[in-house]
Amino acid sequence: MKQLKLLTSLFLFFLVAPQALFAQDEGGGVFDGLQIHGNFDVYGQQYNKDSIIGAPIVPEKSGINAFTNLIATKGKFTAGVRIESYIPPVQGFDVRYGNQPIGVPFRYARFAQDGLEVTAGNFYEQFGNGLILRAYEERALGIDNAFDGVRVKYSPYKGVYLKALVGNQRYYWQKSDGIVRAFDSEFQLNELITKLESSPLRVSLGGSIVSKFQAGGNSSLKLPENVTGGAGRFQLNWKDFGLMGEYAYKANDPTKSNHYIYKEGQGIFMSATYSRKGFGVNISAKSIDNMEFRSDREAGLNDLFINYLPALSRQHTYNLAATLYPYATQPNGEVGIQGDLIYKIKRGSKMGGKYGTTIQVNVSLINALNRDYYTNADMDTANALLDQQVYLEADPGRKGYKTNLLNLGDSVYYRDFNIEIDRKFTKHFKLKATYAFQEYNIALIQNKVSPNVVANIAVLEGLHTIGKKHSIRWEAQTLFTDQDQGDWIFGLVEYGYSPHWIVTILNQYNYGNKVEDLRVNYPTAQVTYIQNALRMSIGYGRQRAGIFCVGGVCRNVPAANGLTVAITSSF
Amino acid sequence: MRQVFTLLAIALMIATTLQAQDGGRKIPAVEIKAMNGASFNTSSIQNDGNPIIISFWATWCSPCKRELNTIAEEYVDWQDETGVKLVAISIDDARNMHKVKPYVDGQSWEYDVYLDPNADFKRAMNVNNVPHTFLIDGDGNIVWQHNSYQPGDEHELYELVEKLAAGESIN
Repeated sequence: MKQLKLLTSLFLFFLVAPQALFAQDEGGGVFDGLQIHGNFDVYGQQYNKDSIIGAPIVPEKSGINAFTNLIATKGKFTAGVRIESYIPPVQGFDVRYGNQPIGVPFRYARFAQDGLEVTAGNFYEQFGNGLILRAYEERALGIDNAFDGVRVKYSPYKGVYLKALVGNQRYYWQKSDGIVRAFDSEFQLNELITKLESSPLRVSLGGSIVSKFQAGGNSSLKLPENVTGGAGRFQLNWKDFGLMGEYAYKANDPTKSNHYIYKEGQGIFMSATYSRKGFGVNISAKSIDNMEFRSDREAGLNDLFINYLPALSRQHTYNLAATLYPYATQPNGEVGIQGDLIYKIKRGSKMGGKYGTTIQVNVSLINALNRDYYTNADMDTANALLDQQVYLEADPGRKGYKTNLLNLGDSVYYRDFNIEIDRKFTKHFKLKATYAFQEYNIALIQNKVSPNVVANIAVLEGLHTIGKKHSIRWEAQTLFTDQDQGDWIFGLVEYGYSPHWIVTILNQYNYGNKVEDLRVNYPTAQVTYIQNALRMSIGYGRQRAGIFCVGGVCRNVPAANGLTVAITSSF
Repeated sequence: MRQVFTLLAIALMIATTLQAQDGGRKIPAVEIKAMNGASFNTSSIQNDGNPIIISFWATWCSPCKRELNTIAEEYVDWQDETGVKLVAISIDDARNMHKVKPYVDGQSWEYDVYLDPNADFKRAMNVNNVPHTFLIDGDGNIVWQHNSYQPGDEHELYELVEKLAAGESIN
């Protein structure tokens, strides 16, 4: 109740303050130049009973996630708050968000002047690619591992960027037990060295150190309370070429997830690009071993990660390709390589047609990292022995296994070959065709008892514009597989009336399910209204159970049947 | 449920109250990255007194790419007629940010493109989701914003750019 009162006063303040403050046209008041802005994002679902699609029964019959950000700035000062509410959380988001219906989990004050920036309170941060540290918010996934503490950014010379921070991480409505302390430095050589200012070769170097502290706890093992990690990175650019690399290392960090082994972790991520007008190619490679780094050794799921390990595969956008078999990073060990190419056939050429044609190809291959266990046993046996928390004779140091980052394993985690061709045929008609072949280790990634899923996916998308304001967009998708739920077909038609209205109707049909009763249709209709930054949509229908991923981090979306409402705006 | 409605009502009230403010606000200063890895401070986005479009997008966002590819076809004319500049901010994180330059060059975009891999600039600009487009007038004030894209929206955007270029107010 006290919290609610606080919130109400906060709301009222922000409601009244701007009018009161901006009414003062003249005079040098304290609030001169003060600006308040923010956004809100409300997503609600109503749930009907629908056992055939496996929709969970929700006693409250509804769920809502709402976020309001308010930022106040005045000269060198910035302060912000975020009010969140879950009454109760939308299905598929962690139920622990429901432990408190409404509150202010994020608030900060910041001062910035002449290359110095100090933040007290909550903040997000990323060092390099995030391999050793990344605090971020991905609202759609329910991820928020923000720090609560102090951060200082300072640029002592041109081209030198330093950051230091200390804090606890957000853990739903609580904070982590563990403390994180971190330092990062980045050197832009072309800024730092005057001679290189106009050089065609651009070089930047960076290095970070991250340390966490967590009390030892009651384990029968002697657990290290301080664990240190670090990373080094470079980026080179020369004319049309680019090369980037980052290596991360973590000292031994026994955790629940790695079966309490006293083994160091390592990771490497490299990426090379070449591009010029009409052509671009990117090749990247990644290998990681025991690189899960969290501020609590008991944490699971997506909780309390200090670092971020991006997935090396294409982030698909079409429904069937994106939400049935999406890859999720395996932080305890994986080796992957990815190639990505884009080529635009010139407009006016025979192949390119009047308006040109774009071709994109992507290949992703991800395997296990091979391990040699000390116990001469298979992985499950070795892990079961380690879980007993004893020191084994064959492995007195509890190192668990031996490997190196080049030790490619046989087990296939993921394969994706996809090609996309996009062509504008007339001024008013565009067509895009996509084919994807995917192999997916469903046993590993979704814990299902099944051999790898092999799927062939085809998508055709058309876009017709009628006059300046009307458009019709349609999608036809199919997915063929002999495993898991079998074949799917998906259809969508969308009518747009610019700039305010979008009406969408879609259906997906699991016609190839081996179980006849589960050959179900999932029809949905949605109307969206847009007015500048305000976007409101209302939909009704069935939602298929699936996996929603951003950046290789995923959340299960349970099946649902009912009404959905979404409102977002910025001001 | 009542709490939800109260919350919604309050949020809407705040939004409408504050929406009137769009006008005096400048682009916040946030340290992001150029595509070649160099640091870039967003306070240095400028266009010699001409209008600026800031468009938040991502390589995994179909409507974003549809919008930017559509504008790309007309961009030379837009620039000639109004002096406008489009600044595209990719919110791709480490998974995809190294694919941004090949994509931008592959599509032959002439925009100024920057990377915001941890969404720092996105947060400072109060963007909920992409695509989200801002219009900045010749004095550097944020004067208009729009969420999402559907075919035809580019005409409305360009009409506003023309007004700004002619020195008219669009609010």
